Amino acid sequence: MALVDLANPTRFLNFTERALPWLAAATIFAFAIGIGQALFVAPDDYQQGATVKIMFIHVPSAWLGMFCWSLMSVAALGTLVWRHPLADVAAKTAAPIGAAFTFLCLFTGSMWGRPMWGTYWQWDARLTSVLVMFIMYLGLIALWRSVEDPARAGRAAAILTLVGAVNLPIIKFSVDWWNTLHQPASVFRLGGPTIHPSILAPLFAMAIAFTLLFLTLHLAAMRNEILRRRVRGMLLLRARAQESRAGG
Amino acid sequence: MELGPHAIFIVAAYGAAAVIVASLIAWVVLDFRAQKRMLGDLEAHGVTRRSAGVKEHA
Repeated sequence: MALVDLANPTRFLNFTERALPWLAAATIFAFAIGIGQALFVAPDDYQQGATVKIMFIHVPSAWLGMFCWSLMSVAALGTLVWRHPLADVAAKTAAPIGAAFTFLCLFTGSMWGRPMWGTYWQWDARLTSVLVMFIMYLGLIALWRSVEDPARAGRAAAILTLVGAVNLPIIKFSVDWWNTLHQPASVFRLGGPTIHPSILAPLFAMAIAFTLLFLTLHLAAMRNEILRRRVRGMLLLRARAQESRAGG
Repeated sequence: MELGPHAIFIVAAYGAAAVIVASLIAWVVLDFRAQKRMLGDLEAHGVTRRSAGVKEHA
């Protein structure tokens, strides 16, 4: 099946039916390896002790929170420029998942910050910009819920999503541009990672597991949204038929 | 596995991750069942996705 065929919702539903069991199995397998490595193989950090284990959840959650907004931004272009039939479905269903991962990033960061920094929260540039992203996720979800027509809601949300994308480089480079309590980039940076391979390997294992989880949840949520729009269409059809019978 | 003096923070972080992931899974599973049930109900009442297909069985 060509990728372009997935633009057809019925073909997309057939694809999800076949792909979801495999993706779910791969996610479970990846988490078994990732959690095993994170909790039982990775050594304690020489300064942070066992609290470094929080990083194996915190960092993948942060990456996914940002990846999800990036994906929604591409989908927003798909809605506004190419009018792709599944673009706003993809964006709408990614938002709650992105919000959940961003919340998890903030919460686990707080749990890590208290023992290491001596505080649960600090209004520094990195933490604040991630909090702004979380609030924007909530705003997008509220926007989709407040507009009845999915097409109109999709276009409005696409504009807000593209405006919010400005925050992504701010989050990424906040630790370089401002003096923050949050540490600078230590994985994706010029000159290579500064993390020891014994801790980096479990981090990548968990990142793969979280990414597979995201793909599984997103595909399933997109399938649900397509079904919801079919239900809506059928309800409208029934209402029109009842109205014309009553009028005639 | 020794979690040291800050075990409570590590357990809270992993616990929150478990709750959030479980909630997301429950959300997609329950939503799927709800949409399938509504589609089934509508089709049982003769409503189809094609404009010609509205035949209410009462």
